[in-house]
Amino acid sequence: MHAIEKILARHSGRDKVSSGEIVTAKVDFAEINDLYLQTIYSFYEMGGERVWDPERCAFVFDHYAPAPDIKSSSNHGEMREFAKKNGLKYHFDTNSGVCHQVMAEAGVILPGSIVVATDSHTTTHGAFGAMGTGVGATDMATILMTGELWFRVPEIIEVRLEGEPPAGVFPKDVVLEVLGRLKADGAVYKAIDFTGSYVENLNVAGRMVICNMAVEMGAKTAYMQPNQDVLDYVSARAQWPFTVENTDPGYVYEESYTFDVSTLSPRLSCPHSVDNVLPLEQVIAGKEIRLNQGYIGSCTGGREEDIAIAAQILRGKHIPKYTRLIIVPASSEVMLSCMEKGYIQDLMLAGATITTPGCGACLGAHEGILAPGEVCISSTNRNFPGRMGARDAEIYLASPATVAASILNGVITDPRKYL
Amino acid sequence: MEKHIRGRAVLVGDNIDTDQIYPGRYLALTDPKEIGSHCLEGVDEAIPASFRKGDIVVAGRNFGCGSSREHAAIALINMGASAVVAESFARIFFRNAINLGLPLVTCKGLRSEIAAGNTLEIDLERGVVRVEETGKEYPCDKLGEQAMMILEAGGIKPLMRKRFGKE
Repeated sequence: MHAIEKILARHSGRDKVSSGEIVTAKVDFAEINDLYLQTIYSFYEMGGERVWDPERCAFVFDHYAPAPDIKSSSNHGEMREFAKKNGLKYHFDTNSGVCHQVMAEAGVILPGSIVVATDSHTTTHGAFGAMGTGVGATDMATILMTGELWFRVPEIIEVRLEGEPPAGVFPKDVVLEVLGRLKADGAVYKAIDFTGSYVENLNVAGRMVICNMAVEMGAKTAYMQPNQDVLDYVSARAQWPFTVENTDPGYVYEESYTFDVSTLSPRLSCPHSVDNVLPLEQVIAGKEIRLNQGYIGSCTGGREEDIAIAAQILRGKHIPKYTRLIIVPASSEVMLSCMEKGYIQDLMLAGATITTPGCGACLGAHEGILAPGEVCISSTNRNFPGRMGARDAEIYLASPATVAASILNGVITDPRKYL
Repeated sequence: MEKHIRGRAVLVGDNIDTDQIYPGRYLALTDPKEIGSHCLEGVDEAIPASFRKGDIVVAGRNFGCGSSREHAAIALINMGASAVVAESFARIFFRNAINLGLPLVTCKGLRSEIAAGNTLEIDLERGVVRVEETGKEYPCDKLGEQAMMILEAGGIKPLMRKRFGKE
């Protein structure tokens, strides 16, 4: 069996499960973000009274942190009341950050566990050898009532990443390359197991970037076998004991793709589709793509490593007049550490706008919305029409280094000349 | 659940993500009717006003990809969609729609052969979509047992109410 199948089997009281089977599995941690007041409405509509376990579920207020309008503020109020009434042990208010970062920091994401959240990017937790998957409000309400959810055991695709990346190639470039090959529906209903020497040597932050974007290929979940970096990270924070699962030798994947990371160059995902991925050099050959905004943030690209590389590129320089750079640290822990190391100061002196840790403008909620016709380069995860504001605004997805180098010049720029 | 659905086709393309079905700027709304009034605005702002109750949304590949927002399914239902027919569906949207009792029909080859405004007849029992204007029938994929069970009960809410002794 694959490690994911072992996780599903253990959580559904079975010795064995196989692809296509429907199982009802216990959920180790359930998270509801602040777009999902409907979860509470569905909970009561279905006859819910108390949550199944007040230590195993939490709200994270990240999409509207802090509340941009009266409606979202009122929604927060209703969620706080629910949290209080149920005596939830964990609560992450508007001072916390993006749910996927915040939960990992809080030590509730552990190898071998099942994590379900009302957010498609819950695939991120494959970085820790957990099975993370996103659901909507009503599925979440059934979890709050019962502590379990039905799953179809997914087929598993292997994405083998081999080699050492050249300078200027970051985990974001790697996952964009994979996305360009597998396409936006290349893994629908399936799980992606990222393997290979690149993954074995990758740190926690890099692993989170890659697993995070598995959902952009339609994946139900992602997986990476925990390495020492992961074990060190979770051991220092774990709220419960955990079991690392291992895939049996000789496990046969449904499909297997291999990528040689050592031959890659910086990548861009071009408007208006995440899988419209091309080498950066090719996109800018013979033309200038002028930018209005650069954006570094989100559950994909707002970690300390991302802000550090931006600070390295922009230190002592300044972005051009009439452009803007928005920096949104993924969590308050990330922001504090970046302040301690002077990155935030460097970036502010370079002309950046720093906003509250959270989801910000990644989904067009607030704090950096694009006007009609504007062009943005972003370290986030989606460039759908209208994702960050106006429907005809153009969003290029790239690594944080590419974002920093590009906004420094006001045009899309190869970051390698600054590294 | 109604096993025979008849309605006018409203066409959209491939990879229609949930941001296009329900743009992010409306995510704080909670009134279902209000949510329905913004449905598919990200594709074409004229759609909600011209959509008639009972119309069927017909899409290409990977309908509902992207964000997990249940607002997308709530919006389609409250705009009056009687079903969505697509070449394929994204996973979270699929669960959300079935949980709320919105029939989803996976039917290959239909989207490219029909015109906007054609009248479709969906027979969920036989697993067939028939286009009235051409008389041509297109076979559909069968829903999985679990999804069919939820849909037949009218969604997950009645099932859970029964399980928790509320009905």
